Amino acid sequence: MEQFLQQVINGISLGSIYALIALGYTMVYGIIKLINFAHCDVYMIGAYVGYFCMRNFNMGFLPSLLMAMVVCTTVGVLIEKIAYKPLRNATRIAALITAIGVSLFLEYGTMFFVKATVRTYPPMTGFMAKSFKVGNTVITMQQVIIAAVTVILMVLLQFIVKKTRIGKAMRAVSQDKDAAELMGINVDATISFTFAIGSALAGAAGILVGVYYNSINPLMGILPGLKAFVAAVFGGIGLIPGAMIGGYIIGATEVFVAGYGRSMYKDAVVFAILILILLVKPSGLLGRDKKEKV
Amino acid sequence: MARLLKTNWVKKSLALILTYAVIQLLISTNILGGYYQDTLVTICINIILAVSLNLITGFTGQFSLGHAGFMSIGAYTCAIVVLRYQTLPSFILGVFLAALTAAIVGFLVGLPTLRLRGDYLAIATLGMAEIIKNVFLNLDKITNGAAGLSGIPQFINWFWLFVFTAGTVLLILNFVNSSHGRACISIREDEIAAEAMGVNTTKYKVIAFIIGAACAGVAGAIYASYFYFIQPTLFGFLKSIDILVIVVFGGLGSISGSVIAAVVLALISTYLQAFSEIRMVLYAVLLVVIMIFRPQGLMGSKEVSLAVLGKLGGLFRDRKERV
Amino acid sequence: MPILAVNRLTKYFGGLTAVYNVNMELEEHELVGLIGPNGAGKTTIFNLLTGIHEPSSGTITLARDGKSIALQKLKPHEICNAGVTRTFQNIRLFKDLTVLDNVRIAMHKNIGYGLVSGLFRLPLFGREEKAILEKSAELLNIFNLLDKKDELAKNLSYGDQRRLEIARALATKPVLLLLDEPAAGMNPVETTQLAELICWIREYFKLTILLIEHDMSLVMKICERIYVLNYGLVIAHGTPDEIRTNKQVIEAYLGEDVGNGNA
Repeated sequence: MEQFLQQVINGISLGSIYALIALGYTMVYGIIKLINFAHCDVYMIGAYVGYFCMRNFNMGFLPSLLMAMVVCTTVGVLIEKIAYKPLRNATRIAALITAIGVSLFLEYGTMFFVKATVRTYPPMTGFMAKSFKVGNTVITMQQVIIAAVTVILMVLLQFIVKKTRIGKAMRAVSQDKDAAELMGINVDATISFTFAIGSALAGAAGILVGVYYNSINPLMGILPGLKAFVAAVFGGIGLIPGAMIGGYIIGATEVFVAGYGRSMYKDAVVFAILILILLVKPSGLLGRDKKEKV
Repeated sequence: MARLLKTNWVKKSLALILTYAVIQLLISTNILGGYYQDTLVTICINIILAVSLNLITGFTGQFSLGHAGFMSIGAYTCAIVVLRYQTLPSFILGVFLAALTAAIVGFLVGLPTLRLRGDYLAIATLGMAEIIKNVFLNLDKITNGAAGLSGIPQFINWFWLFVFTAGTVLLILNFVNSSHGRACISIREDEIAAEAMGVNTTKYKVIAFIIGAACAGVAGAIYASYFYFIQPTLFGFLKSIDILVIVVFGGLGSISGSVIAAVVLALISTYLQAFSEIRMVLYAVLLVVIMIFRPQGLMGSKEVSLAVLGKLGGLFRDRKERV
Repeated sequence: MPILAVNRLTKYFGGLTAVYNVNMELEEHELVGLIGPNGAGKTTIFNLLTGIHEPSSGTITLARDGKSIALQKLKPHEICNAGVTRTFQNIRLFKDLTVLDNVRIAMHKNIGYGLVSGLFRLPLFGREEKAILEKSAELLNIFNLLDKKDELAKNLSYGDQRRLEIARALATKPVLLLLDEPAAGMNPVETTQLAELICWIREYFKLTILLIEHDMSLVMKICERIYVLNYGLVIAHGTPDEIRTNKQVIEAYLGEDVGNGNA
């Protein structure tokens, strides 16, 4: 039972990170139907920005978090403007290859500047290093922070999407780009904004991972990125609540499989679950099946 | 008509024999040394991989991101066979077993997943390849886990390389120009109309998938036999992406495009070795630039014909059409 | 025995009843019209007949060579192989393929060589491909499309595309042909030509034809019997003269009175 509770806590931490990344995938997919492979590298950049802020500029956690989010937002918007926008009317597969190109560019560009070596985050001190026990279950302050930051960001995202003008524009563009344009919505700006928000969330996830797991490297984004995308598909791609639920389920699954002695198979289990859900309900947990009109 | 077909056939055979002979000559005279031979093998493997993925993605329209998975199955099958029986016949047997095992796995994977469409299929095949990789990582007794298999005897030479490469390309070329191939193409064009015209879409998707998988298995077998050493991580997601890049760069639905792209990309990659630090960055930039300026790939869905003049005329016509 | 017997055919989409308790019988060699206001469920009936949608209940029975085949559980390609094909309201040609390939693909079910012959170019392959080529040319010639056989389907004129779609359907050698608004978007001259063509192919290919059409003059002119559909129900059926004077049909088309007609 105690072990179970401990796994739940660990699962929530990992799930939070997947959920934050998955949101970016799902929003971009929802709006321009592109699997944005470069998204996982934006997350990696977030981790590096956090690292340099904390190690080289002695900034605290919160300022570093904000900095990472700001830098990632910029990177995300630039990617969209430079690489994706010219291809908006090209085939999906051409756009996908472009996304892969951007992803490689970010990975190996970063590697060029910071070298391929694994770097360790500075050890947390004071408040951030605390941990407390509930029964025999250990909860570290880092885990609390991960959960708290994630919840705050998600609430904020829900507010933006549901209550603001730009959120309404995002929903409209994801429904029907042409119709939205005819209704006077600035589609380009809306798409850029979507990239901005998604990238900011990925940046946050990056620094949280750095703080939680300590080590970072230029290729760190690939596998979590894949799994976050799995999470997005699992929950129903294009759906924000789906990405959140998917993130937590995938995170928890992974932690439980690893926790019960099958850590070598944890990736296989995640992908098996993905294939299973696709076969049973291709539109994902919360998605609705759409049939082509004949 | 029949005579024309015959001359065309003769021309094709001549071109093939000539290619074989010229490269054999270059190897014999040592103009094509060790390093370039590596490139040559890589090119041939990539041709097989790209052409077979083109059958699945370019012709049948089924978006697969798991081609490296089938390659790994072929590589391991052949490696295990030749490590046990180190003779040329057992290598040939190994290649066929590699094709067979990959085909069986292709069938088992394809039957359920090919009901999915577009990105969903892509992500399911990606997941499938990751699972295959994971299984190889964990089957310590058979695959030696993450450390991989090494010391695989090298039976592949230019003759066998040429036979397998030309063989798979010709088979796939024959397939796409048959009624069965047309059935596959109709699925890409409009699945619902294809069904209504009597094409068993599930069957033909699975057939394309099986043929593609079998060829990828052959490529894997060649890889294992030439490079001595295999490990599961060689056949990960990035390898699948590499293959897809060749296919898209050459043009979806163009066999000759895939062949040309495999050669061009290998040459670019070799040339970029000189800038090893920023090689991948340049490659990435190139990829994005190509996609922005020529999203349909080098060839679109057209094929290079033997008659150069005809080709030039075709290019000319093409340009006019676009204006 | 009627060649097609539809019995109590019903289709629900979620809470919506698209087709309800439809009974229909087509005798061999008949040319029957299916009409009704927009959204009455005409195309849904075609989709049910060709297996694109599965019926919620009811049966569809095709009689062929003295045997009766239950179509309601078959997949689209099986239904096509049983001898029922269609055209689509919104033209679904293989747009990026040539005219010839469009027709050749539809001949696939009657192909006389297997996968192995195809892969290895065995002699059988050559003979069969030649036969297909000849048959395709013959069919395209009937539709005046032979000289355009190497053009991409998307580059054809609208009328040619409509006719190619019929040619493609005929290439599957059907006994029952379903035409979904073949005259849509055509001008009066083209429509008249189409009417003649439909009558002619029925005789030449010995077909039974079920026709959805909005152009009332076309339906009245060439169909022997007409079914009228409204809100998923068959509200009338009979000869063109009977339909013309049927009170329910007039109401369905014009509304009971102008005030709440389409509410």
